[in-house]
Amino acid sequence: MAFSQEDLTAIWLTLRLATTVTLLLLILGTPIAYWLARTQSKLKGPISAIVALPLVLPPTVLGFYLLIAMGPTGFIGELTQSLGLGTLPFTFWGLVIASLFYSLPFVVQPIQNAIEALGDRPFEIAATLRAGPFDTFFSAILPQAKPGFITAGILGFAHTIGEFGVVLMIGGNIPGETKVVSVQIYDHVEALEYGQAHTLAGSLVLFSFITLMLLYWLQRKGRFANMSFGSKS
Amino acid sequence: MKLVLSLIFFLFCFNTLDVHAKQLRIAVASNFTQTMKPIVDNFEQETRIKIKTSFASSGKLYAQIRHGAPFQLFFSADQDKPEKLIQLGLADKTSQYTYAIGQLVLWSAKPDSEKSVKERLKKSQFKRLALANSKLAPYGMAAKQVLQNLNLLGPSRSKWVQGENISQTYQFIATGNAQLGFVARSQLPKDALTNPAATWLVPHDLYSPVKQDVVILESAKSNPAALRFMQFIRSAKVKNIIESSGYSTLTNN
Repeated sequence: MAFSQEDLTAIWLTLRLATTVTLLLLILGTPIAYWLARTQSKLKGPISAIVALPLVLPPTVLGFYLLIAMGPTGFIGELTQSLGLGTLPFTFWGLVIASLFYSLPFVVQPIQNAIEALGDRPFEIAATLRAGPFDTFFSAILPQAKPGFITAGILGFAHTIGEFGVVLMIGGNIPGETKVVSVQIYDHVEALEYGQAHTLAGSLVLFSFITLMLLYWLQRKGRFANMSFGSKS
Repeated sequence: MKLVLSLIFFLFCFNTLDVHAKQLRIAVASNFTQTMKPIVDNFEQETRIKIKTSFASSGKLYAQIRHGAPFQLFFSADQDKPEKLIQLGLADKTSQYTYAIGQLVLWSAKPDSEKSVKERLKKSQFKRLALANSKLAPYGMAAKQVLQNLNLLGPSRSKWVQGENISQTYQFIATGNAQLGFVARSQLPKDALTNPAATWLVPHDLYSPVKQDVVILESAKSNPAALRFMQFIRSAKVKNIIESSGYSTLTNN
């Protein structure tokens, strides 16, 4: 059972969405993760909880409230309208913004854990060598926390690929714009097209399996890299 | 240890006690949720037979029934799925009955004081038009037929947003994300149809009727409670409930 044109459009759209979201989250999530890892502030607890909220909220609930917030009378909708951008629901960028919320903890937490695991020494050593904060981050922290970043990237990507509840609520099922693979599979099942559903779902499972295997392989590699560094000094 | 064992034994007894008590499990298409509740309440009061209802989209219920879900009756939102079940030998052909006929309404949650919704539709004066997914939901199919008959199918297509079911379609319009859309009459309050700026009850000649059928599942063919409920559905009292919810019923059944 081959893929139909619509199936292929959905796959391509899903890959585009996941890539965009992952890149944006790595850029936006790193400062948040860094702050959470290094801060002594009392806000650390509440901010950590807010970051972790999308893990707990049912996706359709998140999607429903985003539908309202991004709509013409919601606070996000009023912002986008005043900027001349119209409203976000039913658009690709609406999905991107929603996915930023939805996949945030999957990107922030691995990076945060990786930076915390480094402890204070790399920061102290860099300071004694007169490195400013950016220099410290790019020369000392990033290379050593690389496995965390890789994990964050892969998890964010895989999680966005599997996104369903949120897309269902604010997508509007528009082919090429918001009809992602998960919705396409769901539609096939609802329309009793079980053969096509099986094919598409099977590919998604295979893809996710390979992705996760890659994740674990890279993590192992990372662990050994850290061990050898430690034993040298 | 003996105490624990006897406690477990008693728990087991109590849990299996009402398996054969008079109870019906019915699967109902979600658009009929609000209407089914008073019907079930009335039936339970009259007959003392307990009913357990599961509400979901017809597509999901069909899939579940195909894979052995323990329902006795299936109230679908269309005729297609009950017929498929009959073909598969999973439902009783003689029990098929149209319990309600859905009515399509064009609705806007933000009416324009100068123009009727019908005019706004015909003149394409909207950014987004909401309808249920025509592939999955009978109301979506009906909406598509209306657009076709009004020669608006091509021009409006780029502005469509399709809800997964009629409830989601309603949400898109209610939140203002779609300026206009096609919903079921049963979803709107009774007096909503009086305002042409907000609603247009689509004339029946523009779409094939949305006939909603019920079937008794094969395993419950001779279940007296199931047969009794089927009889109850045909009663004048129930027809009244169904009609006042915004559906119409067959007059000669």
